[in-house]
Amino acid sequence: MADDLNHGIIKFNIPPARQAPARGSEGGLIDLSPHLVPAPGRSRLNGWLLRAAAPAVILLAWQLASSFGFVATEVLPSPADIVAAFAELIRLGDLQAALPVSLGRAVAGLAIGGTTGLALGLFAGLWRIGEGLFDAPLQMLRTIPFIALVPLFITWFGIDELAKLMVIIAATIFPMYLNTYAGVRGVDPKLIEAASIFGLSHRQTAWHVILPTALPSILVGLRYASGAALLALVVAEQINARSGIGYILNNANMNQRSDIIIAGILVYAALGIAIDLLMRLLEHLALPWRPKLALA
Amino acid sequence: MLSHDHAVELHGVSRVFAGRAVLDGFALTIRPAEFVAILGASGTGKTTLLRLLSGLDRADGGTVRVPRRRSVVFQEPRLVPAKRVWQNVVLGRRGAAARARAEAALTEVGLADQVNAWPKTLSGGEAQRVALARALVQQPDLLLLDEPFAALDALTRIRMHELVGQLWQRYRPAVVLVTHDVDEAILLADRVLVLSSGRISLDLSVDFPQPRIRSGRDFSDLRIRLLSELGVAVH
Repeated sequence: MADDLNHGIIKFNIPPARQAPARGSEGGLIDLSPHLVPAPGRSRLNGWLLRAAAPAVILLAWQLASSFGFVATEVLPSPADIVAAFAELIRLGDLQAALPVSLGRAVAGLAIGGTTGLALGLFAGLWRIGEGLFDAPLQMLRTIPFIALVPLFITWFGIDELAKLMVIIAATIFPMYLNTYAGVRGVDPKLIEAASIFGLSHRQTAWHVILPTALPSILVGLRYASGAALLALVVAEQINARSGIGYILNNANMNQRSDIIIAGILVYAALGIAIDLLMRLLEHLALPWRPKLALA
Repeated sequence: MLSHDHAVELHGVSRVFAGRAVLDGFALTIRPAEFVAILGASGTGKTTLLRLLSGLDRADGGTVRVPRRRSVVFQEPRLVPAKRVWQNVVLGRRGAAARARAEAALTEVGLADQVNAWPKTLSGGEAQRVALARALVQQPDLLLLDEPFAALDALTRIRMHELVGQLWQRYRPAVVLVTHDVDEAILLADRVLVLSSGRISLDLSVDFPQPRIRSGRDFSDLRIRLLSELGVAVH
């Protein structure tokens, strides 16, 4: 302290109260110089280890709880049992038979529902008559949870593939419609004005200005629709499943095989992750012009 | 069609918004290759006039005659973010010929190296030069500039003034520049109009030679006159 005072501070007659916070940053400078960061490869490894820590601990605790008999394996089979169930499903060829069937249902429903939603969204977004015709009815219908439609669809379409497909279609139309419509309507009117100045026809304006600018929103719609398709798949496969992952689950349920049920649920989860990765890749490829923002 | 000695003919033009006549009995003629700057406070009808000239808006009465080939540079660049710079310059056209035209126009505004860039990676001045290149490829007989330099920093603005002056000398379109900046008007224009309450309250020729310097006697006299017409007293 005495040293500080000798370095000329006292000449300016600063009242003693102002000298007090000499140790802290208050009123002084804070350090924003670059930190010395560890090599990127190593810090990435640390990040992975950190993220893997909690799941690993849970898995280990789960396995130990089963091994020492704290939980009954009929209620909660151990992770090792579930791995064995997977091996069984693959050995018997059940999983290989079920996956293409389930995926086929989801993809077909998404293709039909998504295309319908996209077409309706473009029609309502680009043409006033489309908005008048479709927007109000669709906004009303979208408030119905699609799961509530299942009993109705069974009455209408039976208990075979058609009912399953219709549930997935119903689930995917609305996210696609809403995001497409919002994307088209969200295009800056000033851009459209500029296009008309430079002699673009309505069709050229739609193709060269409105659609490319609305594409991010349309892809968000596709991502939501894909998630909805998976959810609808799970629900639809509860209806009289004779093939697909739903069939595996149903069988396992009747045979009291909770290990296989959990394995089936994990397959659904893996499908969800795969779809999300695929959508991100698609966005990355389709929107090269968007500045990449990554929040670490 | 248009007579040969006029690029713009407006007679008795009126435009009414919500019962208020923004333009009333408005008349203006502009010669081909004439550079006209329009000054005026906010709400005096500058923007309305420019929208009528561009064809984005229609008058409620009177005669509005403009060339078929018109271009506008707006205050904002108004580039399509999903299109590369050259595609924005020849918006709606494709192919090698269109690309060559875009490259030529971009070279003229000094952006030859940004042909393939995405608009969001450009600075404000660069984006506005792309907008200028987009206006030029139309080979306009009438170029409308709607405060195109207002959002740029002072140094970029000086460069843009030079660029617009050069391009006008080379291509000789009639130019209408709407601006708030008296100096900018005097630097660039042949003729300066002051608008107040939807009428031309002052119409002056700027006849001293280019390049004009702000410190010149003619310049400062004209500046004082225009500012006082705009209601700003300068001593």
